[in-house]
Amino acid sequence: MTTEIEIRRQPVDCAGQDAELLLRMFRKMLEAREFEEQLYYLFLTTAMPGTMHQAVGQEAVAVGVVSALNPDDTITSTHRGHAHCVAKDVPLDEMMAEMFAKREGSCRGMGGSMHLTDFSKGMLGAFAIVGSGIPIATGAALSARVRNSGQVAVSFFGDGAVNEGTFHEALNMAALWNLPAIYIIENNQYALSMTVAESSALPDLAARACAYNMPGVRVDGNDALAVYEATRAAVERARAGEGPTLIEALTYRIRGHARFEAAGYRPAEEVDAWKNADPIERLAAGMIAAGIASEDQLNQIRGEAERAIEEAIAYAETCSEVAAEDYLAYITAEE
Amino acid sequence: MRQLGLAAAIREGIIQEMRADQSVILMGEDVGKFGGAFHVTHDMLDEFGAERVWDTPISEAGFTGLGIGAALTGMRAIVEYQYLDFIFCAMDQVVNQAAKIHLMSGGRAKVPLVLRGPQGATGRGAQHSQSIEAYFMHTPGMKVVLPSTPYDAKGLIISAIRDDNPVLFVEHKLLYGAASPGGGKALSDTAIQAIGMDVPEEPYAIPLGSADIKRAGDDVTIIATLLMLHRALAVADQLSNEGISVEVIDPRSLVPLDVETIAASIAKTNRVVVVSEDTSRAGVAAELVATINDHCFYDLEAPVQRVAAGDTPIPFAPAAERHVIPQVEDIRAAAQRVLSD
Ligand SMILES: Cc1ncc(C[n+]2csc(CCOP(=O)(O)OP(=O)(O)O)c2C)c(N)n1
Ligand SMILES: [Mg+2]
Repeated sequence: MTTEIEIRRQPVDCAGQDAELLLRMFRKMLEAREFEEQLYYLFLTTAMPGTMHQAVGQEAVAVGVVSALNPDDTITSTHRGHAHCVAKDVPLDEMMAEMFAKREGSCRGMGGSMHLTDFSKGMLGAFAIVGSGIPIATGAALSARVRNSGQVAVSFFGDGAVNEGTFHEALNMAALWNLPAIYIIENNQYALSMTVAESSALPDLAARACAYNMPGVRVDGNDALAVYEATRAAVERARAGEGPTLIEALTYRIRGHARFEAAGYRPAEEVDAWKNADPIERLAAGMIAAGIASEDQLNQIRGEAERAIEEAIAYAETCSEVAAEDYLAYITAEE
Repeated sequence: MRQLGLAAAIREGIIQEMRADQSVILMGEDVGKFGGAFHVTHDMLDEFGAERVWDTPISEAGFTGLGIGAALTGMRAIVEYQYLDFIFCAMDQVVNQAAKIHLMSGGRAKVPLVLRGPQGATGRGAQHSQSIEAYFMHTPGMKVVLPSTPYDAKGLIISAIRDDNPVLFVEHKLLYGAASPGGGKALSDTAIQAIGMDVPEEPYAIPLGSADIKRAGDDVTIIATLLMLHRALAVADQLSNEGISVEVIDPRSLVPLDVETIAASIAKTNRVVVVSEDTSRAGVAAELVATINDHCFYDLEAPVQRVAAGDTPIPFAPAAERHVIPQVEDIRAAAQRVLSD
């Protein structure tokens, strides 16, 4: 099986594609990038609580997948979840307020970076126990079937998560019962220090789908449009009652595993090569090549995304501090 | 003598046992090439090789079972969980299998297994902050060990490795020292910002079930483990300025528990506070209160005071986490209550 992964640098092939979709994906990817880059700076320069995991370089996966969903479709996320939330339209202000542990945050300051949740947007939660979101999304798919809601449920998880038992158990049930679930392996090639080849006997992760009798698709995860199209096909299948799909999106974690983790286990040339395959730049180049947008237009969107994050930070700074006893209201749900 | 921090002391204990006993093996996530998320296993892969230091996939249930199987067949396995919260992914293997095999086999099978990793609240939210020891105190067949100092850590890890039973070895992130996430700030109210202390170079074993009197006193006994032990010592310091003499006991293992040392202390002070970072309800402190009532009731001049974490998942916001986790002032208030009762 192939372990060698080709690094694609070519512009996204945008010819004849929907300009509105492409520009929206571009904007969302920029927001996700800027959100994390500003957050990183805040962690360096201020007393931010907790920790964070950046998905810099992986934005095309989150944005491409979610762009193929309806607003009421549901997703589960992981410890590396900011981009999933941005893509799913979780308000940036509330996300940022959560990072600051403020009352107005998405989770009222109770969850933090690793547990972002927004039910009004179909964002069922970020689960920081690796692999634990997989059966939970599958349950949301089962619920969609029982309620006959027409929704699909998507689970985002990493290449490391496929080695948890939850992956096997959930995918089997989803396929057994034809549930409207989509599994996105965000293969950024590392689980902390471990490469895919060091942790999976079969490094072609999409191929695992055949064990569950479901389609398995490998896609260029730094090409937002390719991710979008693969997901759209999976969504059609799911909504038609034909069951789940496993999608492996190949991408790369440009930063360390977590805030300030130096990732010394990776060759510098490898990191540099992937920096040159940036998903945002590839989409920008593709749109320009196809005459969908001018450099000026794209720069304007870049400026808008930067301002949106500046505003989110300004908002978070003015929000109210969590009071020490706020949590008492959230231990169990009572009428 | 040279000084070691807690992580370095555990590391030295493991290395010495691995040198002395070829049957000792180590497994866990990022323990080899990376040297462990908290550096406890740094350089062990280089010294012992990939046949004895196993970098596992993220498969807690699986590699815990592998540890059990290896232990049943002649190895002494040390299994690391990157955070002890993740041992819950392996609950069946630990609770239904490892802990019960010795009895189920009528004593024929032995499971010399150490399950170790860090715990404790450090601003990481509900899934990376728990104190998990009570679940395993509730699981007969296991031992539960909790070092609060580098000296104890080395002697206890050596005993845990030599033990023929599954041993849960609980480390506290904030006691690792500078390398710990959250770092010094959370420790500013204790004396342990720099946790290095004298640790003998030669191997030594501290028997499981031997409590240590970390500070002798006459007026009130405080029993605490891990980070809470250090907060209790800070309270003892404060109260001594007011003429109150506090005895601080570190059980060092909760299973087996050194009831004798605890009872002797209570016979002298007649007043006791128990402190633990885990959840109050059905937790470590609750068990200690019950044990003290069983053994020391007629020595008590006041009801035992229990100080433990609030009965809640641990919230993210620092102010809320601080409210949930026992602080120096909570322990101090409990000591004052038990003295005025
Ligand atoms: C059950 C469990 N085991 C271990 C961890 C510690 N941990 C957090 S993220 C991570 C690596 C995850 O790798 P992958 O699934 O590829 O996601 P990525 O970090 O690359 O996004 C590990 C080992 C955890 N959070 N949960
Ligand atoms: Mg990964």
